[in-house]
Amino acid sequence: MAQLNMVQAINLALREEMARDDRVVLLGEDVAADGGVFRISEGLLERFGPERVLDTPLAESGIVGAAIGMAAYGLRPVVEIQFLGFLYAAFDQIFSHAARLRTRSRGRFGCPLVIRTPYGGGIKAPELHEESSEALFCHVPGIKVVVPSGPAAARGLLLAAIRDPDPVLFLEPTRLYRMIREEVPEGADALPLGKARIAREGGKVTVVAWGSMLERVLTATAPYDAEVIDLLTLSPWDEATVLASVRKTGRLVIVHEAVESCGFGAELAATVAAEAMLSLRGPVFRVTAPDVPVPLARLIDHYLPSVERIQRSLDEVLQY
Amino acid sequence: MDTKLRSILPDHELIRLYEQMVLCREFEEACAEQYTKGNITGFLHLYSGQEAVAAGATHALHGDDYVISAYREHPQAIVRGADPRRVMAELFGKATGICKGKGGSMHLFDPNLHFMGGYAIVGGQFPIATGLAFAARYRREERIVACFFGDGAVNQGTFHEGLNWARLWELPVLYVCENNFYGIGTEVHRSSALADIHKRTCGYDIPSERVDGMDVMAVYQAVKHAAEWVREHSRPYLIEAITYRFRGHSMSDPGKYRASAEVELWKERDPIPNFAKRLLGEGIAGQPLLDKVRETAAAQVAEAVKFAEESPWPDDDEVFNDVYV
Ligand SMILES: Cc1ncc(C[n+]2csc(CCOP(=O)(O)OP(=O)(O)O)c2C)c(N)n1
Ligand SMILES: [Mg+2]
Repeated sequence: MAQLNMVQAINLALREEMARDDRVVLLGEDVAADGGVFRISEGLLERFGPERVLDTPLAESGIVGAAIGMAAYGLRPVVEIQFLGFLYAAFDQIFSHAARLRTRSRGRFGCPLVIRTPYGGGIKAPELHEESSEALFCHVPGIKVVVPSGPAAARGLLLAAIRDPDPVLFLEPTRLYRMIREEVPEGADALPLGKARIAREGGKVTVVAWGSMLERVLTATAPYDAEVIDLLTLSPWDEATVLASVRKTGRLVIVHEAVESCGFGAELAATVAAEAMLSLRGPVFRVTAPDVPVPLARLIDHYLPSVERIQRSLDEVLQY
Repeated sequence: MDTKLRSILPDHELIRLYEQMVLCREFEEACAEQYTKGNITGFLHLYSGQEAVAAGATHALHGDDYVISAYREHPQAIVRGADPRRVMAELFGKATGICKGKGGSMHLFDPNLHFMGGYAIVGGQFPIATGLAFAARYRREERIVACFFGDGAVNQGTFHEGLNWARLWELPVLYVCENNFYGIGTEVHRSSALADIHKRTCGYDIPSERVDGMDVMAVYQAVKHAAEWVREHSRPYLIEAITYRFRGHSMSDPGKYRASAEVELWKERDPIPNFAKRLLGEGIAGQPLLDKVRETAAAQVAEAVKFAEESPWPDDDEVFNDVYV
C-alpha cells in the first residue's frame, strides 16, 4: 500500500473512478492542462483526454450550472472550484437547482454531481481563501456535505460521493493537503457517506470534530479520557454514533473552525439536547471561531480553535 | 511612435510617469523577496510587466474619480497615492497597514484616495462599479469610475451584467481590461469565444478600443480621451490594454503553461526601459536622472520594507473590530 498525502489520495480516487465509469468527467478552472491549482488533477488530462478533463472559462455559476445539466442527462460530473469562497457566485445554481432537481422532477431524475473545493483556514491566506461556510450548505435539503480529515478518508469518501445519486459538496481541508501521509489502499471499497468514525475511544467526554480540526482535537485530547468522533459527513450526519457516544460519556464538546452562530455545532447540540438530554451531565460546549470574517496571517491563530482553547472547554465540562 | 512625448505632456509629468513605473516595479520585486523570506504569506500576485497600464491610466484620471480593481492591485493603489510603506505593512499583516493588516495583498482599500478596493473574487468589482457610478451621477458629481480587471474576468456573468446596466442607465464607467493573455494557466483563446475583448462590448452598444498596454503614453492618451468622453457623455467606455505579466500568476505558480521564450519576447517590450529610451532619445531626461529615479525608488521601497518589519502586529482583539459599526 502506498503512503499518500491528501492531494495524491484525491487524485487516486479520481483516477480510479474515471477508469471504472466513463460517465465521470472533470471540469473547472485550470483542472486540465495545469492539473488544478493544487495539482489535484495532475496527469488526468494525459490519462483520460480532453473530452473528459475540461478547462472551463472563469465562471463559477456557469461551471456548476453546466455540471447540473450534465448530471441530469446521465453524466457524473466532478467540478473543482478553486476555493470555497469562489463558490458563493454559484449559490443560486446549487440552492435553486442542484438541490431541487430531484424533488422538482418528483423523483424522475436527479443530479449526481460532486463539487470539490479546498476549504478551511490555517494556510495564512486571507478571507475567501480560508472559508469554512459548511453550515450554509448543510442548511439546504437536497445536498450532501462531506469533509474528509485525512488521505484515506478522502479517497474512500470521494469514491462514494461520485457514485452517490445526489449532489455532494466535497470539502477538502486545505491545511491538510500535504500535511498528513498515510496508507491509502488503492482498489479498496468506498467509505459510506453519512457514517462517522470513532477516531479515538474514551469514556468521560465526547468530542466531535471534522476536517482539519480533527488533528487538533486529537492533540488536545491526548491527556484526557475523551472519545473523539470524526464526523466525515455533515449532511446527512451520523446521529446514531454521536448519540451513542454521548449516552456513554455524558459530556459533549463540539469543535469547528467555522464561526459559532448558526454553525453546524448548533445543529449537533440541538439534536443531542432533544435526543440525549437525560444522559448529559453538563452543558454542551462549542469551541469555534468568533463571529467575524477570517482575518489575515498572524491573527488567524487567535481566530481558529487552538489546542489550549479546546483543553479549556474539556476542563470545564469535566467539572460537571 | 512618431508623436513626440513633449507634445503630449510636459517634461515633469513624463518624468513622473517614469518614476511611478519604476517605483511599482521596485515595490513588486521587493514583495517577491519578502514572500520568499516568509514575511508575506498567502497568495501574492505581482504586477511586474503591467506598470504602463496602472501608471498611464491613473495619470489620466482626476484625483476624485473612483478606482476599483482586482487582486493584482498594489501598484494601482500606489500610483493612486497610497503610501508604499503602508501598503507593504498591509502585505506583512502589520497594524500600520492601509487596512490595519487584516486584509493583505488582495484587499487594499483607501477611500481617501477614492480607491474603492481590490477584489479577490474575480469579477466582484463590476456590479459595484455600476453602483458607484450611479451614486456619482445621482449626486450630480463630475466623477467617473475606472474599473480595472483581467482577461479572465470577462467571462463572469457580472461583467455582462455590469456592461449592460452601465449602458442602459448611462453611467460613467470606464472599463479598463488588462489583457495579459492568461487567467492563471488558461490562455485567453481557451477561455473566451471572442478573444478580442474590446469587441465584446458591441452587444451592449458600448464604444471600445484596444491599446498597447506596454506603452505608457499610448495608455495615457487612450484613457485620457476615453475618460473625458465618459465624463462628458455620462456613458460607459471600454479600453482593452494588451499587456503581459512577467512573473507567475502568483508566487506559487510554476508557470508551466507558457514557454520561457514567450516570456523573454515580452520582456523585450518591458514598458520601463522602453520608455526610458524615449525619454533619453527625445532629450527629456539624461541617464543620471534616470539612475537617480531608480535609486530613489529603491530607497523608498527599502524604507517601506523597513517600516513594515518594524511595525507592530495588530492586537489579537482587532479581529473583533469593524464587522459592524
Ligand atoms: C470567483 C473567483 N474564481 C476563481 C478565482 C481564482 N483566480 C484568481 S485570479 C484568477 C485568474 C484571473 O485572470 P485575469 O482576470 O486574467 O487576471 P490576471 O490574474 O491575469 O491579472 C483565478 C481563476 C477567484 N479569485 N475568484
Ligand atoms: Mg489575465
